[in-house]
Amino acid sequence: MTVAVHPSQTGEPVFYLADEHPHPEGWSTSLGFWIYLMSDCLIFAILFATYGVLGGNYAAGPAPKDLFDLNLVAVNTSMLLLSSITYGFAMLTMQQNKVAQTQAWLAITGLFGLAFIGIELFEFAHMIHEGATPQRSAFLSAFFTLVGTHGLHVSCGLIWLVTLMVQVRKFGLIEANRRRLMCLSMFWHFLDVVWIGVFTFVYLLGVLR
Amino acid sequence: MSPDLPKLIFGRLTLESLPLHEPIVVGTFVVVALGGAALLGGLTYFRLWGYLWREWFTTVDHKRIGIMYMILGIVMLLRGFADALMMRGQQMLAFGGSEGYLNAHHYDQIFTAHGVIMIFFVAMPLVTGLMNYVVPLQIGARDVSFPFLNNFSFWMTVGGAVLVMASLFIGEFARTGWLAYPPLSNIGYSPDVGVDYYIWALQIAGVGTTLSGINLICTIVKLRCPGMTMMKMPVFTWTSLCTNVLIVASFPVLTVVLVLLSLDRYVGTNFFTNDFGGSPMMYVNLIWIWGHPEVYILVLPAFGIFSEVTSTFSGKRLFGYTSMVYATVVITILSYLVWLHHFFTMGSGASVNSFFGITTMIISIPTGAKMFNWLFTMYRGRIRYELPMMWTVAFMLTFVIGGMTGVLLAVPPADFVLHNSLFLIAHFHNVIIGGVVFGAFAGINYWFPKAFGFKLDPFWGKISFWFWVTGFYLAFMPLYVLGLMGVTRRLRVFDDPSLQIWFVIAAVGALFVFIGILSMLMQFAVSLLRREQLKDVTGDPWDGRTLEWATSSPPPDYNFAFTPVVHDNDAWWDMKRRGYQRPLTGFKPIHMPSSTGTGIIIAGLATAMGFALVWYMWWLAVVSFIAMVAVGIGHTFNYHRDFDIPAEDVIRTEDARTKLLAGVN
Amino acid sequence: MSTDTNAAHAHGHHHGDGHAHGTFSSYMLGFVLSVVLTAVPFWLVMSGTLPSKQITALVIMAFAIVQIVVHMIYFLHMNAASENGWTLMALIFTIVMVVIALSGSLWVMSHLNSNMMPMHQMSGMK
Repeated sequence: MTVAVHPSQTGEPVFYLADEHPHPEGWSTSLGFWIYLMSDCLIFAILFATYGVLGGNYAAGPAPKDLFDLNLVAVNTSMLLLSSITYGFAMLTMQQNKVAQTQAWLAITGLFGLAFIGIELFEFAHMIHEGATPQRSAFLSAFFTLVGTHGLHVSCGLIWLVTLMVQVRKFGLIEANRRRLMCLSMFWHFLDVVWIGVFTFVYLLGVLR
Repeated sequence: MSPDLPKLIFGRLTLESLPLHEPIVVGTFVVVALGGAALLGGLTYFRLWGYLWREWFTTVDHKRIGIMYMILGIVMLLRGFADALMMRGQQMLAFGGSEGYLNAHHYDQIFTAHGVIMIFFVAMPLVTGLMNYVVPLQIGARDVSFPFLNNFSFWMTVGGAVLVMASLFIGEFARTGWLAYPPLSNIGYSPDVGVDYYIWALQIAGVGTTLSGINLICTIVKLRCPGMTMMKMPVFTWTSLCTNVLIVASFPVLTVVLVLLSLDRYVGTNFFTNDFGGSPMMYVNLIWIWGHPEVYILVLPAFGIFSEVTSTFSGKRLFGYTSMVYATVVITILSYLVWLHHFFTMGSGASVNSFFGITTMIISIPTGAKMFNWLFTMYRGRIRYELPMMWTVAFMLTFVIGGMTGVLLAVPPADFVLHNSLFLIAHFHNVIIGGVVFGAFAGINYWFPKAFGFKLDPFWGKISFWFWVTGFYLAFMPLYVLGLMGVTRRLRVFDDPSLQIWFVIAAVGALFVFIGILSMLMQFAVSLLRREQLKDVTGDPWDGRTLEWATSSPPPDYNFAFTPVVHDNDAWWDMKRRGYQRPLTGFKPIHMPSSTGTGIIIAGLATAMGFALVWYMWWLAVVSFIAMVAVGIGHTFNYHRDFDIPAEDVIRTEDARTKLLAGVN
Repeated sequence: MSTDTNAAHAHGHHHGDGHAHGTFSSYMLGFVLSVVLTAVPFWLVMSGTLPSKQITALVIMAFAIVQIVVHMIYFLHMNAASENGWTLMALIFTIVMVVIALSGSLWVMSHLNSNMMPMHQMSGMK
């Protein structure tokens, strides 16, 4: 905390704050959440490493180019990217104290997120129907786990989003809710960053192999 | 077709899961049940549940959470050490055709449980407990950044311990060694519940540890009192910062690896299988990317403790503060570049092995620098051989030996002979006991008076010390000899009778350590009984140098009535030298976080979910998971998590201290 | 903690908020850049325009890295001042860890795989 330390009248060193301003609530929250995101980044890194090591082991089963529909992936990617910008708009209206617009942008974000999950589940179901199950090969195990973990994170984000919308409706854009929306913002954009890695290294490079 | 109802409800848990045919386990259960009943009965009879719930289980006070971590660590030490005694006993006896008294099924669980318990439920809690208690005090803060998370982290660690202990009486534990390598740990070779207990215990405890890491990093970065720049922090705080960075940057790896293993076991994926493209070697690679930083997580706080103790009991400022800080940071970064030395023999070849051999040798250098700094601190100091200092000197000698054998093992050709031999076992026990355990004991003796207001009894402390140190050398030096002679680890029966004498000596050493542990328990008991004679009312029994010694013993809930302002390293020493006068008036209300039951409830549900997943009780797993999410979300609807300690309470507490201090003068 | 439903936090102090904020134009710029940086790689792969697969791979990886940086700056408001530089330090440390874990694992595992191939083992058997 940057509090000015006033030298005492007698010129003696001051060893305590007689008049202190306690840290505001949520003083550590931003940094704490960021550090949590860094740990989450490591989780994805290990999943990427696993995919990197095992992703070529098709076990005489289907390979990426047999399975990946890049058109669908492109649609999915745009859902997530759009959800990122709509969350950005929600943050802008939040800063302007516009509750109703913030809720609206949050809802639209949620819909894009839901679309992303829906398309991904459809993709997974199709693959499994074709026999490309997670159990078929190490490549598929790694694929489903990496992409699935990302999808799980997005789903958790959606639950969090709905919870926050309820809380904003109940309590308004109070400081605590703003902090929470900021944290969700970091989380949401971080997931989009991870997706950049996924669509590049899993889908695009997979089809290239 | 009627569904098999018991199977639906109880999954694969049946009466056969109870180890009624294992006399040792049944005997243990009887003793534990009687002791547990006595404890629970006593608590009920003296009506202590309300007190325990309000003051301890739901507390968010870092000091109480720290104490609870220490209690957990010491209780689990007894279990982990019992495993050690049993192993020493078996290895001493199983010669000349004798099978010993433990069959393979049992023995394999014992060495697995010994490792898991000692690392995850003894060393980690002891180290976390000390950091939790001391760091906020050392930086002049009132609590950690996230007090509720702190409580939650503790109970998650307890949840993991509960699962490991439950495996003793319901089902069985893993038989794979403490790192559970596949293919042995995969579903084909370990279809039973043991590895599942292992996985969920570590996952639950791991979540707690990771959150604790985030918590302490933020605390140190954000809550330091005015004037305390990074380079004015106490060294223990620096090592705690680096330790928690290591935690946050390594535990996620463990989380993922255990998830992948559990997917293999539960869902049939092929990460670590032998066919369908899996690679068991990838498990070994990933788990050691976590595993090596883990051992630095254990030892760095110990280094910090030794720095504090050495400077305090030599009456001198720590020599080379800046180089200590740099050495700690360098160790932190380098610890990520050595992990392959744990599997030189797996076949990565000369180029890879050489790289990691060289980095492993390099990482010993900063530790050596620290050792010299401690020695130079002692040089020309006025050394007081109180117990913390005794443990520190024992550490210096013991750890250096262990470190040297580590550098020996770092040479890949040497490791090809010594990998997984008793030489390796001797090495890591040497550094863990010499470093972490001795450090924990030094820390306990050092900070106990701060936490409780009276010192630990020195007589029983010295007995404990001498039996521990002698016992350690008797138990592990023979293992170096045996390892050089080619004896492999984890063996249950031996053919060569000429080896037996070494195992007998080792068993004697284990008995000495056992007496050391009992003496330590005596020390606690005697100290409690003699607390009036051992009392310290000054809050500063050792003439300390850092801010925790500025508070009363025990400190008030709010730690400091006024947040300190710091001007130099060894802030309290600086204050004492410059005529600091404790303020007697002007106290204001203090803002503090409120207690909450959410942490223990969610952790309890997590433990239930872990148990359910072990036994394939899917309904219970789903229900407890949903309940966890619901309670967690419900908790976020509580926006009133703080309260104010009224000024009158602060005044009353501080006036009481003024009186106490006046009585001394 | 106040639970007043009025969102009238007019004094707009951002005490604990070390994070910078975006503006409409910065978000839009980030978005447009991201769209381009996504569309081009998809097009390159789907159309096979570049001469070789290796070059395509390198190009799309470079695009990915650039897009990640764009996200960091325009969406995550990454800057060196946030939280007195600790945010950036945490990110750099994490990136270093990630690079070590990724490159280390790939290097180690590829050596292990080639050295420990079943045929190789059989020829070395006594």
